[in-house]
Amino acid sequence: MLAVEMKHIYKTFGPVKANQDVNFELEQGEIHALLGENGAGKTTLMRILYGLYKADSGEIFINGEKVNIHSPKEAIAAGVGMVTQHFTLVPTLTVAENIVLGYSNQLVISQKDIETNVQQASEKYGIPVDPSALVRNLSVGERQRVEILKALYRNARILIMDEPTAVLVPQEVDALFEALVRLVKSGLSVIFISHKLIEVMAVCDRITVLRDGKVANTVKKAATTQVELAKMMVGRETFGVQRQNPRSASQPVYELTGISLEGKHGRKVLDQVSFNVGVGEILGIAGVSGNGQGELTEVLTGLVKPTEGSIKIDGRDITNFDPGAISNAGIGRTPQDRHEGTIGDLTVAENLALEHISSYTNKGMLDRKKIQEDAAEIIHEFQIKASPGDQLRKLSGGNMQKVVLARALSRKPRVLIASQPTRGLDVGATEYVRKRLLEERDRGTAVVLLSEDLDEVLALSDRIAVIYEGSIRGIIPAAEATPEKLGLLMAGAA
Amino acid sequence: MIKFRLERSPAAVWSKALIPVVAVLVTFIITSIFIILAGANPFAAYYNFIIVPLSTKFSALEVLVKATPLIFTGIAVTFAFAAGYYNIGAEGQLYAGAVAAAWVGATFTNLPPIAVVPLMLVLGFLGGVLWALIPALLKVKLKVDEVVTTLLMNSIIMYIISALLNGPWRDPETGWPKSPEFFEAARFIQLIPRSRLHLGFVIALVVVIIVYLIIKRTPLGLQMRAVGASKAGAQFAGINVNRTMLIAALVSGGIAGLAGVSEIAGIHYHLISELSGGYGYTGIIVATLGGLNPIGATIAALFIGLIDTGAQTVSRVLGVPVYLGDVVQSTLLLITLGMLLFQNYRIKRI
Repeated sequence: MLAVEMKHIYKTFGPVKANQDVNFELEQGEIHALLGENGAGKTTLMRILYGLYKADSGEIFINGEKVNIHSPKEAIAAGVGMVTQHFTLVPTLTVAENIVLGYSNQLVISQKDIETNVQQASEKYGIPVDPSALVRNLSVGERQRVEILKALYRNARILIMDEPTAVLVPQEVDALFEALVRLVKSGLSVIFISHKLIEVMAVCDRITVLRDGKVANTVKKAATTQVELAKMMVGRETFGVQRQNPRSASQPVYELTGISLEGKHGRKVLDQVSFNVGVGEILGIAGVSGNGQGELTEVLTGLVKPTEGSIKIDGRDITNFDPGAISNAGIGRTPQDRHEGTIGDLTVAENLALEHISSYTNKGMLDRKKIQEDAAEIIHEFQIKASPGDQLRKLSGGNMQKVVLARALSRKPRVLIASQPTRGLDVGATEYVRKRLLEERDRGTAVVLLSEDLDEVLALSDRIAVIYEGSIRGIIPAAEATPEKLGLLMAGAA
Repeated sequence: MIKFRLERSPAAVWSKALIPVVAVLVTFIITSIFIILAGANPFAAYYNFIIVPLSTKFSALEVLVKATPLIFTGIAVTFAFAAGYYNIGAEGQLYAGAVAAAWVGATFTNLPPIAVVPLMLVLGFLGGVLWALIPALLKVKLKVDEVVTTLLMNSIIMYIISALLNGPWRDPETGWPKSPEFFEAARFIQLIPRSRLHLGFVIALVVVIIVYLIIKRTPLGLQMRAVGASKAGAQFAGINVNRTMLIAALVSGGIAGLAGVSEIAGIHYHLISELSGGYGYTGIIVATLGGLNPIGATIAALFIGLIDTGAQTVSRVLGVPVYLGDVVQSTLLLITLGMLLFQNYRIKRI
């Protein structure tokens, strides 16, 4: 009998088809991987199973019985537990309190009783936790164990793990896998969401690959290889169609050497990142989200100082420059989130002027006339549907992104850092932004394109660098980028 | 069950101008309940609140006298809040300025007014700056929440003043806890004979204009507004967020210090521990009602000055507690804050 059977699941968010006719089967006592790129529909499918989303259509069976799950509470009652990347623990409470929270019908809770219960559960399932420890003092790995025990304590027989290794250090990953294998032997069934081929091959029995919201295939581990999985995950029809004529290698303008960054708990979120970009070249940085692109953007735009390494423009060291100095050094930057990199309450003109206030100062006062005039010119040039005096927050996403891009390009930079330049934009705005980036390349700008949209990286880049777990796994010319090659690099297998 | 939720949806521009009008009307309706409970006719009460104080020259000028410290503190709070620095310490900064003024006004007996008044203003401003400095540094260096620290500084200065007034400055003849009397040259001139309206009111208006120009027309002002609206966005654009907040915090303290100078040199001529009566806190109300705009804050200060004056008339004529004035002020603030929400949101039934 199947532990979970999901049949013909459809789910759309506005125009986005997150799941299309997805069929998924989980056998009793197996670890089943859900593999796929960002936006392939893995998390959506599991949120439907856990009652966080409601499918547009489709049927779900648990242990052979048809179920209608409307909330996580009902999912838990049906024996489904979920451990997400972002833990849902209360830091100021103890481990035991967190585990019984919302799962106790007693009016008065005895600290001693719940600690004993949690201790017993901990021993029974072989998941070591200290019931009386405060959660805020625990490491990420320990918190994850608490989350797993919390699900098991609620009698979960089916456990969904959403990218459980994304936040862990290698030793914690090994411990997690050992625990999962042991739990499966005692009858638990596990769904393991991941984009890391090595892990999937190490711990899973079967693998379902999702691509663009559809099931690409379900295979047994023994019957497949990393190369085959990578191809299934990344393969697409448009591969390489829009590709530019590659530029021959030229004088490097922008150079990164050995950039590292330490995150929380001493984990290296960037590890010895090195690359260079030449005149009129677009270097695309590809990678599944959460592998360090965000942190790399923060370092490149000056929001965060790297712990090691150096950044140079035309041989000049700009490593520890703050954002203003980086901008003045001839680097145009677009933020990864346009709402965080701009000021919605200020006007379009003020936002455009903000990065270069000193050039709009006349005898200590703002040159408001020049601010308006320049803004009007930029608005015309970039075809932004707004007037200079409009509040930025009232603009559509596409127009706001044009403002962001215009601000970065208006000073004719030597280097452009373009981070997620088309995220959330409609087709027309996406086309416009991409065209602009190519024009910048033709003008001779060295462009670093950080994007989670692999199609975008493929369409625009001259060379592609793949980032995985904070380090660059390889830099390949766009012409040599095949689905297998990129897929293996992005999934950490090569 | 009918459920509601807030949905982000900017209101039309014209509705912004309507907010104060509607807020006053709603406040009138709500506070009428309290006025009726106090045994008075709400229409008579509001007639006395608003119309009577403006109907004689003396009481109309008294409204301006009451509004003067509120303009200073309201502008002080506006300046800090505009940069996203939540200075709750205008009350303490006001007293710090008053201490400086009290010292100057009783010390430099040989100086003419043209020298002693500017000296008093400068030192009063610096007193406020000094009192704002510690929380501001804690904020930018260690990210300590300024709401807590600026508030705590208010209590500290009250103890220092108590020590001064009961120690070195105690009146040697009467034994009253008050500082030595100002000599004549240090007292602000009266603007109109036989009224209490003094030079401080003019200085307050000058400060309003300067602050308006700084916020709206200078690079610093643009940086402040950027930091106030989005620290992340300002940082990305290359603005030094900490420096901007530090400047805003210190200037804010200085302006609050001027409120202390104005009250002591214009009204009391000596320092007492009841000098303020909460002008620093009312400044927060003034700044909020004024929509963090210096001109708006000035209008709000005048309105609250009117309610304050009117509350005494209402109390005298109708025999209701003078605290009704505070109830009106507080209700107005709550209603205005509630209405500000509808500038960017609307309620939708789901």
